[in-house]
Amino acid sequence: MSTLAIEVTGLTKRYDNLTAVAGATFSVPRGAICGFVGPNGAGKTTTIRMLLGLIAPTSGSANVLGQSIADPEKYLAFVGALIEGPAFYPALTGAENLRVLATLGGFPTQRVEELITQVGLAGRGNDKYKTYSLGMKQRLGIAAALLPNPALLILDEPTNGLDPEGIQEVRDLLKKLASEGTTVFVSSHLLSEIEIISEHIVMLRKGEVVFAGPIEELLMNQKPTIIVRTENPNDLEKIATIATAEGHKVSIRGGEAHIEGPHDWAAILNKKAFEAGITLAQLTPTLPNLEETFFEMTGGK
Amino acid sequence: MFKVFFAEWRKLRRPTLFFGTFAAALFFTGLITSFIYLMIDSPSGNSDRGRRVGREVLNLASGSVHGFASIGGLLGIIVLCVFAAQTAQEYTYGTLRNLLVRQPRRLVLLMGKYAAMKTFALLLTLISAGVSIAISIYLSDRAKVSTALWFTSAGWSAIAHTLLNVYISIVFYAVIGIALGILLKSPISAISIALVWILILENLIGAVKPVTLKWMPGNQFSTIAQGGSPGGSLDISYSHALTLGSGYVIAALLLSSFIFAKRDVAN
Repeated sequence: MSTLAIEVTGLTKRYDNLTAVAGATFSVPRGAICGFVGPNGAGKTTTIRMLLGLIAPTSGSANVLGQSIADPEKYLAFVGALIEGPAFYPALTGAENLRVLATLGGFPTQRVEELITQVGLAGRGNDKYKTYSLGMKQRLGIAAALLPNPALLILDEPTNGLDPEGIQEVRDLLKKLASEGTTVFVSSHLLSEIEIISEHIVMLRKGEVVFAGPIEELLMNQKPTIIVRTENPNDLEKIATIATAEGHKVSIRGGEAHIEGPHDWAAILNKKAFEAGITLAQLTPTLPNLEETFFEMTGGK
Repeated sequence: MFKVFFAEWRKLRRPTLFFGTFAAALFFTGLITSFIYLMIDSPSGNSDRGRRVGREVLNLASGSVHGFASIGGLLGIIVLCVFAAQTAQEYTYGTLRNLLVRQPRRLVLLMGKYAAMKTFALLLTLISAGVSIAISIYLSDRAKVSTALWFTSAGWSAIAHTLLNVYISIVFYAVIGIALGILLKSPISAISIALVWILILENLIGAVKPVTLKWMPGNQFSTIAQGGSPGGSLDISYSHALTLGSGYVIAALLLSSFIFAKRDVAN
């Protein structure tokens, strides 16, 4: 059995003059929570649809749970998916919508009640879908994705429309599923959310993969920064002079000096500041967060 | 395919759709069957397009299902609308992607949908036939129509043939409805194009050039329901209608199956 839940090689999708996905290559290890991020129109949903056999790639290949996406019937029984928001029959109840999918997939319909409770829709399962709020629709979509007790869960923006409590519940659910061995491949525009729950990340920009791998590796490759505040704000200029003399890039903003440099240089700076008679109020080595890294890599704001 | 069939029936049996469709079908069944008996002596006719159906026709062994045969085309149009909407809504609601994730063999999914449609059509045929025959029996005395031959072996044979013909006609209409739903991906477009063609354009073109009715799909399906052309200016044989109608249906089946199997599901 392959150790990879998803393995994508040179996957490309072209529509006339538009290239939605251009030679995407990445992999997702089994049992990981992998974030899939990129600006709107980067090709995330197109990639997900290709992985689910809904659209045919122009070129390239991909394996899901060790099976080629050319034969989706070989792996989709083990995959749960929420694609581009929930989509159900408005005139059917939430529970009946799930029963349609359970019947179609050959899953026990008894599981429907259990899932409705699990996603926090207990007491509303027998109401028509058209009466649901956006958050409730999203919860039903997640319940539908969980129907097959999946080995791989593919979720496209699962926290859309959820309140903070709902977001926390989804986060806990995904972590629980991952701890039980389910691979979770989750796209989201909430980068802070992805940073909290994911160990791996695939970053897309204009259809191309700009990074794929562990988040830690991505952030470690970014320039570390030391943030300095001084007891006397006027001393910030002196700190900048010290850092610049040592060859570090400095910017002063919001009453803080941001010095690009390795974290172990913080101790040296502390010593030099003391020798210069400067009292430091804060000395914090930091790594750029995912959001900053994302904007830097995808050319955003 | 059985899983698809049962999943489809979960959608088809929802009360608004199921009872709404059957109520409409039974309303028209009752109305048209009653008209034949209640207007039997009307000089302006008692059947479609001003035709007269006299006692000499209703007294025959096939009399019990004469009313039912005349509404076959209308039942077909109702079922066409239902299945055009059901199919196209899978695209507009975006539910097709859920179905294809659970059943990625697209032709199996489509065949399951057709199987569910056929049983729905069968149920509609049987219930409408029952209601039409019951009304015919109830009104026969009042219209001074003899029922003596209706339940002889010839009468039962006529009932069986009419049931089969109406069923074939309804299924043919429904296949066209499903095909339009797949091709157009919009319930409003699929239904309006079908209705404008069958109810307006075919009749308009036929009025200007009657010979064209011999080739019009809607006219073939209605002719099948009636077991052949019931008279009028143009005589269309049952075998001609069945052959040509089957041709239209096979073409629609092939085209829609190809598109359903190959088209990207991007919404």
